[in-house]
Amino acid sequence: MPAPTTQLVNVRVLLFASYADRLGLESVRVALPVSATVADALDHVRSLPGGERIPPRPLCAVNLAHASLGTRLTEGDEVALLPPMAGG
Amino acid sequence: MAFLSATPIDPAGLVGRVASPAFGGVASFLGLVRNHHGGRAVSRLEYTAYGPMAEAECRRIVGEAESRWQVRVALEHRTGALEIGDIAVGVAAAGAHRDEAFSACRYVIEEVKARVPIWKKEFFQDGDVAWVDPTSASAPHEAVRE
Repeated sequence: MPAPTTQLVNVRVLLFASYADRLGLESVRVALPVSATVADALDHVRSLPGGERIPPRPLCAVNLAHASLGTRLTEGDEVALLPPMAGG
Repeated sequence: MAFLSATPIDPAGLVGRVASPAFGGVASFLGLVRNHHGGRAVSRLEYTAYGPMAEAECRRIVGEAESRWQVRVALEHRTGALEIGDIAVGVAAAGAHRDEAFSACRYVIEEVKARVPIWKKEFFQDGDVAWVDPTSASAPHEAVRE
């Protein structure tokens, strides 16, 4: 019997504008269980100091495109938590 | 051509990029930096962007407009420090007739505001600094703790 292995996916979570200010961070590396979603990455960020000031359902992106909290993550993904946009 | 620009936007340049002998109409929109927000005097502002995604999203929006209407679209959005009256965003849409030019121009600016990851920090005349949150009606700003 092979030894059980815990597989992880490593992702980078980017924070911007007011969210970056709230955590004092612009990016966080997170290792999550295989089949993790954006919501799992968000849970991790919200558990960090200041993270409770990120809303429970922020806008998110994965690999430069808008995504939902249910989007499945794979190794090397770039997740972004996006404050309300204010361009234009 | 990049959609984000750290240097001033040239409206004539935007129009020049979409003009063509086949197009009889060009509609353009310029968004300018206002000197007030929520009844308070604004002295200047700064735009910050998630650059690679903002470029990708602008490209998608322009592509959508150009496939929905028979138009050619130019779009530029500023980043960095802007003064009152500076052009923050410019859109030009050229089509054979005015209907598609106006429709495409309107579509692009509305989608930019809704979808492109750009944020605005306002510097008020009273010394306050705040990120603009267009989704918050009661409290349009979150104070920045410096």
